Amino acid sequence: MSTATHDTKREAPAKPTTTVGKAADYLDQRTSIGLAVKEFARKVFPDHWSFMLGEIALFSFVVLIASGFFLTMFFEPSMALETYEGEHPANMHGQLMSVAFASTLDMSFEVRGGLLMRQIHHWSALIFMASIVVHMMRVFFTGAFRKPREINWIVGLILMILGLAAGFTGYSLPDDVLSGNGLRITDGVVKSIPVVGSFMSYMIFGGEFPGHHIVPRLFTLHIFVIPGILLALIALHLFLMVLQKHTQYPGGGRTDKNVVGYPAMPVYVAKMTGNFFIVAGVLVLMGATMSINNVWNYGPFDPSPVSAGAQPDWYMLFLEGSLRLMPGQGTEWVILGYTLPLNVLVPAVVIPGILFTFLFVYPFLEARVTKDDKEHHVLDRPRNKPARTALGVAFLAAFIILALAGSNDLIATHFGLSINAITWVFRILFFVGPVFAYYITKRICLGLQRKDRELVLHGHESGRIVRFANGEYIEVHTPLDEQERWLRVNYEAPAPLEIAPKTDARGVKRKGYASDKRWQGLSRFFYEDRVAPVSPAEVEAAHSHGEHDQLNGSERQAVEAGAGTTSREH
Amino acid sequence: MTEKLKHFQRDEDIFVKALAARRHHRMAPVVLLLLALLTTGGIYAALAPSTAKAETVSTADIETGKKLFQANCATCHGPNAEGTDGVPSLVGVGAASVDFQVSTGRMPMQMNGPQAVAKPAQFNEEQTAALAGYVASLGAGPAIPTDEQVDASLGDPSNGMALFRTNCAMCHNAVGAGGALSEGKFAPALWETSERNIYQAMQTGPQSMPVFNDANITPDEKRDIVSFLVEQREGSAGGNSLGALGPVSEGLWAFAIGLGLLIGAAVWIGAKSS
Amino acid sequence: MSENQNPPADTSKDVTVAPEAGTAVGPADRFPDPGMPAHKKRLTDTDPRAAKRAERTVTILFVLSILGTIGSIVAYVMVPPDGTTSGVRLSTLLIGLGLAVSLLGIGIAGIHWAKALMGDREFVQERHTLATQGEDRETAIRDLNEGLEDSGVVGRRGVLKGAFFGALALFPLAIAVPLIGSVGGDWNISKFKHTMWKRGMRLAIDPSGRPIKASDVTVGSVFHVVPETTEEYRETHEWITEKSKAVVLMVRLNPEDLRTDQSPEGETWSHEGIVAYSKICTHVGCPVALYEQQTHHLLCPCHQSTFDIADSAKVVFGPANRRLPQLPITVDDEGYLVAQDDFAEPIGPSFWERLK
Repeated sequence: MSTATHDTKREAPAKPTTTVGKAADYLDQRTSIGLAVKEFARKVFPDHWSFMLGEIALFSFVVLIASGFFLTMFFEPSMALETYEGEHPANMHGQLMSVAFASTLDMSFEVRGGLLMRQIHHWSALIFMASIVVHMMRVFFTGAFRKPREINWIVGLILMILGLAAGFTGYSLPDDVLSGNGLRITDGVVKSIPVVGSFMSYMIFGGEFPGHHIVPRLFTLHIFVIPGILLALIALHLFLMVLQKHTQYPGGGRTDKNVVGYPAMPVYVAKMTGNFFIVAGVLVLMGATMSINNVWNYGPFDPSPVSAGAQPDWYMLFLEGSLRLMPGQGTEWVILGYTLPLNVLVPAVVIPGILFTFLFVYPFLEARVTKDDKEHHVLDRPRNKPARTALGVAFLAAFIILALAGSNDLIATHFGLSINAITWVFRILFFVGPVFAYYITKRICLGLQRKDRELVLHGHESGRIVRFANGEYIEVHTPLDEQERWLRVNYEAPAPLEIAPKTDARGVKRKGYASDKRWQGLSRFFYEDRVAPVSPAEVEAAHSHGEHDQLNGSERQAVEAGAGTTSREH
Repeated sequence: MTEKLKHFQRDEDIFVKALAARRHHRMAPVVLLLLALLTTGGIYAALAPSTAKAETVSTADIETGKKLFQANCATCHGPNAEGTDGVPSLVGVGAASVDFQVSTGRMPMQMNGPQAVAKPAQFNEEQTAALAGYVASLGAGPAIPTDEQVDASLGDPSNGMALFRTNCAMCHNAVGAGGALSEGKFAPALWETSERNIYQAMQTGPQSMPVFNDANITPDEKRDIVSFLVEQREGSAGGNSLGALGPVSEGLWAFAIGLGLLIGAAVWIGAKSS
Repeated sequence: MSENQNPPADTSKDVTVAPEAGTAVGPADRFPDPGMPAHKKRLTDTDPRAAKRAERTVTILFVLSILGTIGSIVAYVMVPPDGTTSGVRLSTLLIGLGLAVSLLGIGIAGIHWAKALMGDREFVQERHTLATQGEDRETAIRDLNEGLEDSGVVGRRGVLKGAFFGALALFPLAIAVPLIGSVGGDWNISKFKHTMWKRGMRLAIDPSGRPIKASDVTVGSVFHVVPETTEEYRETHEWITEKSKAVVLMVRLNPEDLRTDQSPEGETWSHEGIVAYSKICTHVGCPVALYEQQTHHLLCPCHQSTFDIADSAKVVFGPANRRLPQLPITVDDEGYLVAQDDFAEPIGPSFWERLK
């Protein structure tokens, strides 16, 4: 198929003979699509499993749109109240509920395949966010956000935030008790915002919580505004990816000036299509076998009840945990008669603000302290940027600790612990954990780098012991083949910034010195501990230092005949 | 699930529960037959506690109960059940309370902890009934509910749901999967609690649980709650209920199964064919 | 514009490229790039039987997918959900499994096809510097400058520029002002400070609406309370919004256990050990409903704020800062519990104007 198209293009003047060729010719005469085919058909894409994490997110989004379309056919975003006449589920019969909730029940229990689609939709949302987060971890830890991809990193971050918004708005649509309490918490958080908080609450709910406007409003956001922006930004995200060509992992023949991989037609397209069907298949499998968000368990929204295990979906758990950890005593201030509830503002606004700001500024920060303005297309091995990797792990540690704190009641019941004790442990861990994670990760990275040096200098242990005539034993080391050696030496280990002295030659104080000094301090934080890659000269020195100066001629020959170069180990 | 969430089940409980949950099942006749066999076997008569029974416990039984009490309970609750320092008096708690505590194995308490946990019952049915009779004789209190009062099939699960979520769900979770209280205490899962014990818990308010007297939740409403809880044992319409614990367990499974499978597939896709 | 817009043709070439110097550092300091590793042949490249086998597997998987689709449709038609839990579960499971087999069949077949049968030689393509180079760049800059010049904006006509940008910046207001003006309803945020509780209003059980007699409230019991209203009113949106503020939790303690409540000097807000507190958490507004009878602690299941009912509902743990407002209660002539008045302070989470 592909070859047919291709041949048609190559021999454009000739009349196409195959059906595909004729169709392609028809299109080309009207759209000059041949140019696009020429550009993209054999475009090369590097292949690695971790490059498919973003694909998983993309394909979950496609499944979200498809299943979401199905749901909109049956869902009625109205808060008008009705008495549920349906017989099933039995625990809902005769209860007063909003039309939104009733239509959710109806599509679950009366529409064939309706519950399946609801569950697919919800699982897809969870997997969408999960794959985005894991994809971001891949991008962060391999340094794929570096020039020229800073813009795409920002686009990706906005996509993630929109994903949160999409999840949150959709989660609240059925108008059940669980999501209603989620909205109520949102209302409480919004009210805590100084000066405009109360008005923002009115703006969201069209009056006091809960009112009868919120579901239609969320519906419009959920099925129109947010997915619209998401789609546009996904298009931009992919366009930039294609334009800049994909990054690649380091290896022989892979440089910042080329891209090594499989051609789009047919291998990459086949794999991508296959992956789409696998992602969709797994999501359907989950929807078919695992129940999710059974809203009839919670019942229609009523402001009085709440159930144990009242938590948001996983991607919002960090906010929930943040709210749970903050001690309330003495953290609500009254200034000139106005109330400033720091016990809500700090965990729900300030802490997420700090976390997101870190993600937004990091690429620019790292470029600044590295004094790096080159284009990068070969990825870093995480160990080769210890400070970055450690910062990333510290960030994840904070995120995970908050998410666990958001599940503290379940931890308490499942491990037989006191919820108060757990809360205290997490309060402390939130500060200690990331620092500890940073330190440990950095040490591990530096250790791995030293291990790399060791391997390049001395080779792999072969397990062969050789005894010399003088009775000395050595273990024979096999030197690395050049591909492996390249993998372990091909990286940059930047040194901390050097800055101009405080005063110029005539002793006049230089402007901007203080700022330079601060940047240098930050740069030291990043790069003070560095393990430089092995140079050929070092290998040479290691070898001459190793056996050559200690073994006499005949012994050396004997050893070398057996195992090539050796190094000694006492 | 942890040990403490498991309840010791009596045959009778299993059959009543099965009957209620599967009364439309084609095995229902078989179950009924078995139940009938058990009943005629005389065991049922010995096991079935009822209000009437609590009132008509013979003086001999009360004597047996008193002996049992003094041998097993008096150390903490005092020789005449008047309570000691930090241990509640049992005068006026009623037969329902004793039956609940003893038949779920919470009493006698094994060791001090944040709360007494359910474990295999230490006394058989007759002994439990005797103990209950003895304590009931000390002062008036809630009686053991009749079978009709706890018959889930007679209740209205919809009304039960409305009551449960207002009065119970904040501790026991929306469908009775249990939840955390402060300082290591917890509200147990109700999946395996017998209908009678559910009813008794509402009547008597064991441990941290408040009392829901008949003015607050009427006997009919209590039965509606039992009916709702029994209905939940059918599981979820959507497939595996994942413990019915809500979004946290859903998130865990999304990562463990969903993302696990998808990353596994990605590794396969990215790996070179041999 | 320029006539030559075609990008230079892609220079795809086979794997065996000459090693490039990967970095700017001199060869003495750095190892040379060894170039692409040698290509390894797959079993399907060398063994025609293996290739045949792979082809068969792919075919079988596609057929399986077709069967899955058919199975899914059969399940749709043959297993209607009868509305019961098990019926819906079966229908969901069968339709879903069919669809999953259908999708996974295609997916796995496609991947296996790509991996085992399609070409597996990696190609190398050059990257081009992203910044526009040479003549293109100069043309772009020239075009831009010429365009700016033609527009006449540069340099002169400050007033024109000001008017232009001013108009652009202001016109969205014509849309935003009506939108924002209307979106918040009546904007009367003083409603946060009041609930529907009034003097003499009876306390009723939620959700049944039965009024409560003081004698019904025994020690150790907990009542979830709403204002007594008509059945019709309880089926309106207004009720739901009012209930969101008015819900109350009422317990009776042994009078000796009740250390303090919030009644000011000379008033009694509780009735013989019966106290009623707002159920809306002062943290972010969850219903605080988890009452531990023995400790008299009231725990919020959302964020674990803990209040001591025996001690004027003050905070003993968690993120809340303020105690729960108390509803002053008493009994009427018939012995029913009634409110003395509305709450003395705004209920629920803090907001900027709370004390104003």
